Amino acid sequence: MQCPKCRAPMHTYNRNGIQIEQCSGCRGIFLDYGELESLTRLEAQWSQSAPPPVPPAAPQAYPAAPQPAWGAPHGGHHYGHHRNKGFGRMLFSS
Amino acid sequence: MTVTALLPELTARAEDIAHTRTPTCPCGATGALADRPDGTVVRHADTVAKAHAPDTDAGELARRLTVSAGLPDVFLPPLGPAPADLHGRLVTFWPYGSPVDPDDPDAAPWEAVGTLLALLHRARLPEAVPKMRGPLKAARAVAGLRAVGDHPAAAPVLRAWAALPAWARAEAPMPRPAALCHGDLHLGQLVRLPEGPWRLIDIDDLGAGTPAWDLARPAAWFACGLLPGEEWTRLLDAYRAAGGTAFGPGDDPWTVLDVPARALTVQTAARTVTKAVTEGRDLDELDRAVVDACRRMAAIPGQLTHKSTK
Repeated sequence: MQCPKCRAPMHTYNRNGIQIEQCSGCRGIFLDYGELESLTRLEAQWSQSAPPPVPPAAPQAYPAAPQPAWGAPHGGHHYGHHRNKGFGRMLFSS
Repeated sequence: MTVTALLPELTARAEDIAHTRTPTCPCGATGALADRPDGTVVRHADTVAKAHAPDTDAGELARRLTVSAGLPDVFLPPLGPAPADLHGRLVTFWPYGSPVDPDDPDAAPWEAVGTLLALLHRARLPEAVPKMRGPLKAARAVAGLRAVGDHPAAAPVLRAWAALPAWARAEAPMPRPAALCHGDLHLGQLVRLPEGPWRLIDIDDLGAGTPAWDLARPAAWFACGLLPGEEWTRLLDAYRAAGGTAFGPGDDPWTVLDVPARALTVQTAARTVTKAVTEGRDLDELDRAVVDACRRMAAIPGQLTHKSTK
């Protein structure tokens, strides 16, 4: 199977009975239908039976977008609580 | 001609054109959509009239109008082949299109932005086309900042500007090969006709230039933390899928985006600080985000490595 994002080959791993495909190129992880729910279920069982709980790895369909070195620290989106206000700025010439 | 005289006359022209387009005009939804020094736009029902900036070059506007009319898959089609004259102001007429909903960020058409820009950049570059005016707009924003005088936030913005290559400051020709570019892309430049697909509007800065410039404002929003990475990725993926030419299929877009995204960040910061000074108010959190990005640029020379946010 090829990665739909970067076309590198995908490798299949088995984690507690759940098949996970990871791209050998961009390291993106793909989950089939129902696998996220299975992981969530396993995680709930784990935290009930075996403390300390292990935080679940956030399933990430795509790797985070690259950004320039002068970009905002930690990348991503810092203005979630201002989403509409920030969005409004994108509707006008600056 | 004063603005007060322009508005009613422009509205009357829009009404005239609207009534030639439909015998049963509801005569609803009449009013000014924009009234700024760089253009006055009025609507009458399904017709829009735009009076272009007073210093608009008639020959260049006519060529831009012809180019946009030849790309109906990219631009909203103009009503009429040539600009009209209204007491010395150049006026163009357009069908009214619905804008992007400012209250629904989740519905923003990021894929359409990517696809439309790719189609534009792939279009044949006509011989008689003016220059894309993006760098000129950035230079004007910086001149405006210099004109309002001292402000603590002005220095890092001007330093970031000074570090840009001459072409990005409109002081040297843009790198070749040139492509047909919009020149002032933002989400307010997309509209759609009823039941129709998204199209670009505003041809005032259209012309031959560096295609990465059109992607650079969303890139700057993303780099400043205003645009979530996921939405930026949707735009880029759509641009790639539609064969956009700003960067090669396997290339890192930031090798070509770095300079124009810096320039658009500086432009945005310059306008933001100018506006805050003019209005006598402090910078808000979003204003500071773009000024802070300018501050960080000084420490990182152009076209060095980028970092992954992962």
